[in-house]
Amino acid sequence: MSGIINVDDVSMRFIIEREKTDTIKEYFLKMVQRKLKFSEFYALKGVSFSIEKGEAVALIGANGSGKSTMLKIIAGVMQPTRGSVAVRGTIAPLIELGAGFDNDLTARENIYLNGALLGHNRQEMERNYQKIVDFSELHEFIDVPVRSYSSGMVARLGFSIATQVKADILVVDEILSVGDYSFQQKCHRRMEEMLSAGTTLLFVSHDADQVKKLCKRAIWLDHGLIVQDGPAEAVCDAYLQSMEQKG
Amino acid sequence: MSLNVERKRADNYVSLTWELVKRDLRLKYRRSILGYLWSLLNPLLMMTVMVFVFSYMFRFDIENYALYLICGQTMFNFFNEATNKAMYAIIDNGMLIKKIYVPKYIFPISRVISCFVTTSFSLLAIVIVMLVTRVRIHLSILVFWVPLLYLLVFSCGVGMILSALSVKFRDVTHLYGVLTMAWMYATPIFYPIEAVPESVAAIIRLNPLYVFINLFRDLVLYGNVPALSAWAKGLGMAAAMFAVGAFVFSRLQDDFIYYI
Repeated sequence: MSGIINVDDVSMRFIIEREKTDTIKEYFLKMVQRKLKFSEFYALKGVSFSIEKGEAVALIGANGSGKSTMLKIIAGVMQPTRGSVAVRGTIAPLIELGAGFDNDLTARENIYLNGALLGHNRQEMERNYQKIVDFSELHEFIDVPVRSYSSGMVARLGFSIATQVKADILVVDEILSVGDYSFQQKCHRRMEEMLSAGTTLLFVSHDADQVKKLCKRAIWLDHGLIVQDGPAEAVCDAYLQSMEQKG
Repeated sequence: MSLNVERKRADNYVSLTWELVKRDLRLKYRRSILGYLWSLLNPLLMMTVMVFVFSYMFRFDIENYALYLICGQTMFNFFNEATNKAMYAIIDNGMLIKKIYVPKYIFPISRVISCFVTTSFSLLAIVIVMLVTRVRIHLSILVFWVPLLYLLVFSCGVGMILSALSVKFRDVTHLYGVLTMAWMYATPIFYPIEAVPESVAAIIRLNPLYVFINLFRDLVLYGNVPALSAWAKGLGMAAAMFAVGAFVFSRLQDDFIYYI
């Protein structure tokens, strides 16, 4: 196992309470009455793969195929029921841009807060601050609370923070519909730059064109199992074909 | 747990804790004209009301009543505010916890710390009361911060328990309001411990908040340096609560994601 991300026989089981029990009273009542009904659901069933440093890999699959769960497990946010994930390096997650922003703080304050959440210390952020502001092109609005930002501006800021500070692995969850056309192009260029500088990319998407453009390899998940793992072109085509047949 | 994700250096998490504390402080008095002055004014105003109530309506025979009161009140209010804020730390940061890996104990701990910072402004109120009432100032006041540190550690422990439990059972948030009220009356803040029957006083002496407040009053108000056993008792209580909090939190933290 030499990859930067090693996913070894990962299964993820969700226990779904049939009815939501939110209060202690309900919980005990139902426990006494033996009405606590659970059903199991496996979002991932023994998935294994390994990603080498510098690779650009896409996870594709329909809704509910287990892509997002896989991503959460790799990010360390969720613990797998079985199996293990080893990640050698820092992860910059681009999962829903701006998730870590505080609306009441200004963009400047949010840059430091978000950077700290991504695991960068103050000095690192001070070094990268200007680059982040330049990339986002939000100079005039940097001391304005983020609550008055448009969603496009929030996305710009989020993308800039995640990509301007050096990270070993960039995790991207369908976001490249960010901002206007010219900013999207800029994001693409930035991601290609990072790839050629040796950053590993893990990209989750339905969009076969974007996948082909950015990634060399694709892993197709369906109902928690790997259907295909191989060159992006071939896997995307097979995936699209099967979708058409279903549709 | 994938250890490598956790491999990020510890000092980066210190950085994160500070950023979260700074956020709390920035937001606390945003849009108020007097801002941080409130941390000073509030305890003084509350104390004035209580001095009035308990000097004219219900009398207790306590020397330097104003100072007696504000010492207990400052410490209890810190505990109350810090644990209440910490209780919501995981719930409020749910969106974030779902997206980014961060050691989750940082959220309740940073809230307790930010309350501690504002409380240190309130200490100025105690100084003002000391000057106005011309109480004798003893050398023992130099170590006033030790009981405060005990209380900080104790509050972190309680905060971790509350934040972890409230994720799954929101009832905790409703219940805790009642608990803190009961706890306030069970702590000699505005009455002397001599005012209650000995059987009750024996129980109150086991109340950690009373232990901390008593240490503080000894140092600041009475100029006694407490016995070593009293210091040890306070330290033991604080450390034990912190250990229990950390244990409960670590047992429950992997399940947070299913409830936020």
